[in-house]
Amino acid sequence: MSIVAQLIANGIIAGSIYALVALGYTMVYGILKFINFAHGEVYMLGAYFAYVLAKVYHVPIVAAFIISMILCAIVGVIIERVAYRPLRKSTRLAPLITAIALSIFLQSLALLVWGSEIRTFRTGEISKGHNILGAIVTDTQLMIIATTIVLMLLLWLFIKKTKLGKAMRATADNLEVAKLIGINTDRVIATVFAIGSALAAAGGILIGIEQNLEPTMGVTIGIKAFTATVVGGIGNIWGAVVGALLIGLVENIGIWFIPSGYKDAIAFVILVIMLIFKPSGIFGSGREEDIRAQGE
Amino acid sequence: MVEKRLLDIRNLDSWYWPIQILHGVNMHLNEGEIVSIIGPNGAGKSTVLKNIFGLISKRKGHIFYKGKNIIKDKASDIVKKGITFVPQGRSVFPSMTVRENLELGAYIKKGDIEAEMKEIFRKFPRLKERQSQKAGLLSGGEQQMVAIGRALMLRPKLMLLDEPSLGLSPQIKKMIFEKVVDINKNEGISFMIVEQNAKISLSLSDRAYVLELGRNKLDGPGKQLLKDPKIQSIYLGGGV
Ligand SMILES: Nc1ncnc2c1ncn2[C@@H]1O[C@H](COP(=O)(O)OP(=O)(O)O)[C@@H](O)[C@H]1O
Ligand SMILES: [Mg+2]
Repeated sequence: MSIVAQLIANGIIAGSIYALVALGYTMVYGILKFINFAHGEVYMLGAYFAYVLAKVYHVPIVAAFIISMILCAIVGVIIERVAYRPLRKSTRLAPLITAIALSIFLQSLALLVWGSEIRTFRTGEISKGHNILGAIVTDTQLMIIATTIVLMLLLWLFIKKTKLGKAMRATADNLEVAKLIGINTDRVIATVFAIGSALAAAGGILIGIEQNLEPTMGVTIGIKAFTATVVGGIGNIWGAVVGALLIGLVENIGIWFIPSGYKDAIAFVILVIMLIFKPSGIFGSGREEDIRAQGE
Repeated sequence: MVEKRLLDIRNLDSWYWPIQILHGVNMHLNEGEIVSIIGPNGAGKSTVLKNIFGLISKRKGHIFYKGKNIIKDKASDIVKKGITFVPQGRSVFPSMTVRENLELGAYIKKGDIEAEMKEIFRKFPRLKERQSQKAGLLSGGEQQMVAIGRALMLRPKLMLLDEPSLGLSPQIKKMIFEKVVDINKNEGISFMIVEQNAKISLSLSDRAYVLELGRNKLDGPGKQLLKDPKIQSIYLGGGV
């Protein structure tokens, strides 16, 4: 086993999860210019929905996975409809405050319903590892990477090839003109929330299988995925994926140099550095003014 | 020749709350005509087009299209009725390719659009060369061609153009207006054009309206207004 290979493998695995969550932030921002800070909680809900389905109702795991993604898509659509849409014409601060309130509400709700104890999908035996280029990677971890790749490919096909996917890009480019050519932009926005939430749910379930579940699990992941989004250039879909992999790698390689207790702080430091020096992201999306405006 | 009214705006009042922008505006367009609206900045020219396209909520009066009042319609209904709108400024989807921009022009249409696409490429060979480029990387003139091409994809009955020549070089301006006349002649598409450049727009329009402070000021055949001393002194660079 090689330490470097192992750290890189761990970085890619963590980065995959961050990417699944980051996509929701960046797609919503791309259209509405607003950061949905309740997104991490959808990730948490996804994990719990699948957990309850699999453990309480004994639904096969693959089915539980898909049903949970669908449920979270519905939750995302409801959140947009009830919490954000009525505020679309208000100041930028209003939906931001609503998002934070919603995030606290969903965490409390999860605490109430499922309790504070840490839960896990695992049945006991840790799946055995494979030696891949010197890194030990378990079946579960391989599944995380494979699932992420499949979901990204599906997303790419959707955005590139389907009519609704094109309408989504057009709406992100210019919402007003999108309306002029007859695109139902409300429907596009709902779709974006549905897709983003389903992907976040997938991330939550994968982490639930690999590690464990708790009602506050959406908080740190939220910050990391948001950082990934900023690194990749907020609003830029594939930038968020690259940003997520980078964060995963930097975090895991970073603990080679600093005590692993500081691992979660690395993303914060990157976030602050990016916001000060390069708020438009490494791909320089030219949307610097957007992210600055969030602070107004 | 019996003239058929395609569009008839009667007594239109319009507000950007609490300010009233249009005061009892009357305008019409007969089938096949090019009608332009000229007037100083802030007169309410763009507001007239936005009203036709259902983009203004606080308003009163009547807008008849093919004899039906469309004052209650939203933009999405208007597109379906065969009116398309090229708004002011660079209105392309910058991160999408030229071809994708054009495809989106026919968003509400089901089925094959290759014939329309071919037709646009025939009209604007430049766009054919650039079809796989991102629209945001094109020159201002090329972007305007994309916006016009996109609005043509539905084969509309009426096109609304808001300052199509804004910020373009004289040759490109000329080319854009020649295309408009060409499309009007050959395809019978009617145009309502808002233009700052009164000279060009009056000379190519069948009729024109002068709008000032949200009110009708003058109207008549384009070539006649071109000779009008008041127009000459105000819009054509002073009666030198
Ligand atoms: N979205 C808006 N909100 C408030 N006022 C507006 C808006 N758009 C235009 N106006 C005002 O309406 C008036 C007419 O504008 P407009 O129709 O754009 O004029 P024009 O196109 O003739 O230059 C102007 O005084 C302008 O300031
Ligand atoms: Mg205007």
